[in-house]
Amino acid sequence: MSEGKGVWVFSENADLMLEMLGKGREIADKLGSKLAAVVVGSNVADRANELLKYGADKVYLVDNAVFGRFQAEAYLGVLYNLVVNYKPETVLIGSTKNGKPLAARLATRLEVGCVPDCSRLGVDEKGRLVGERITYGGNAVAKLTFKTKPQIVTVPSRAFEKPQPKDGSGQVIKLDAKAEQAKTEVVETKPLETSNVRIEDAEVIVSCGRGLGKKEDRVLLDELAMVLCGQVGCSRPLAEDRKWFSEWVGLSGHKVKPKLYIACGISGVIQHVAGIRDAKVVVAINKDEQAPIFEVADYGVVGNLYEILPALKEALKKQLQ
Amino acid sequence: MKRIIVCLKQAVDVTQLKVDPATRQLITASTPRKMSDFDKNALEEAVRVKEKNAGVEVVTVTVTSEEAKTVLREALAMGADKAYVVFEPSLQDVDTLGTAHILVETIKKIGEYDLVLCGESSLDSFSGLVGSRVGELLSLPQVTSVRKLSVEGDAVVGERTLEESVETVKAKLPALVTVTREINQPRIPSLMMIMKASKKEIVTWTLADLGVDKEKLASKIEVVEVLAPKTERKRIRITGENAAEIADKLAKALIQEGVVKR
Repeated sequence: MSEGKGVWVFSENADLMLEMLGKGREIADKLGSKLAAVVVGSNVADRANELLKYGADKVYLVDNAVFGRFQAEAYLGVLYNLVVNYKPETVLIGSTKNGKPLAARLATRLEVGCVPDCSRLGVDEKGRLVGERITYGGNAVAKLTFKTKPQIVTVPSRAFEKPQPKDGSGQVIKLDAKAEQAKTEVVETKPLETSNVRIEDAEVIVSCGRGLGKKEDRVLLDELAMVLCGQVGCSRPLAEDRKWFSEWVGLSGHKVKPKLYIACGISGVIQHVAGIRDAKVVVAINKDEQAPIFEVADYGVVGNLYEILPALKEALKKQLQ
Repeated sequence: MKRIIVCLKQAVDVTQLKVDPATRQLITASTPRKMSDFDKNALEEAVRVKEKNAGVEVVTVTVTSEEAKTVLREALAMGADKAYVVFEPSLQDVDTLGTAHILVETIKKIGEYDLVLCGESSLDSFSGLVGSRVGELLSLPQVTSVRKLSVEGDAVVGERTLEESVETVKAKLPALVTVTREINQPRIPSLMMIMKASKKEIVTWTLADLGVDKEKLASKIEVVEVLAPKTERKRIRITGENAAEIADKLAKALIQEGVVKR
């Protein structure tokens, strides 16, 4: 039953699954192995077939009403048994709030290592799988590899591109599985009380920091964001201390990768910078010439954001016409 | 509810970390240490449960390759009753699985418990794996990333924020819970609390005391490198007579970069 060097991907999040298949395909090709996806759920046969178009050579499908909803022990039991039976060499797991503990527990049952939250992942010249993750509060990037197999990696959302669908020639393998006894009970689920827009999806982000004098002034950012079809974000103090926003951009908040990130009145502490590492172009607007944000910006403006932002909005409107 | 065990890490204070600009190596040896902040939230939560429920004991467990007295004294001042520490310099290279094994052996040696509380992640390595690993090794139900916690009879109820929903999860005790920083605002111990804490006990154990099989602690991960990220930004200053002129130049540059849509 062993597939020797198989690369597997699993996530309960459908989008993240596709993103991981793209990266998984690249890694499998470099390692000379097959790529398989694991789908667990209820009435998910269509989803399994769909994955063959996104690069999977095989899809292991566990389709049963008992798996209709994510349940840690049930999903863990399925994954563990599959890994023990088929012995993949590499397992990528989506680093969601449910997926990451799942990966940690799977790695523990298997007595192997886990490299979490890899923003980059590749195969080095020695043929080793190397994961890159931000560590020490954004002060460092750690490159890590494995001494044991299977090698378990977790992958955050939006780290990798979703591949283009193609005609697939792979096969879906249906499997039966029993659900391991649940140890916890979900007593209530409510939708998250935030806006529907996800800042990770934004192509342009206009973000503010402590330089913003009062909450109402965010209208300046909103207006600029509107011209750029972007979203408004903030740094941690505005969410955590002042409570003007519910979420923030940074290592402990959202890690973003827009085409354009405009940091207004943000000093640029290392944790914030770690969250915008993958932005294509960074603009910094700050009164303080010495602000560290200028060191990590492509374009820097020393000036008052209350003057620059409206002027920038007008200039863009004019030039984009 | 009799005993809560809080896993507490002494972490590198990343806000004070320096980097050697020539080699991009981190200078961690001289950087101050502090209680990992998520773990501080876990401890605060444990102390709050204790304050609401008479007869609860809060103990902390720490695995460290360095002296950690100051951090443990702080934990005791915040309200922990006793601190257990496994201190051996050889633990420097232990990975998350090894750390979890040592924590688990320590917890087993302490004896009975109802709740194990951990921070969701640590301040320095930020892996977020150890809590779930401990829970798995102890075969405990686990509720992770909890931002609101209550103890209801023989169960614990945690509210956790997922990507698109908020879930309320119930687990029978004994259980393991990992907490986020939103859960509370940790107290700053008063002088009185600090004085009182000086009489509390810190128990130091070695791996030999725990009977940990050293082979189990062999790292499963190889560190290829840990370096400060390279900054590959252009660092172009845009200047001008007034805001309008600056904005004009900036807008032009952004359009040229192709990062704004026409």
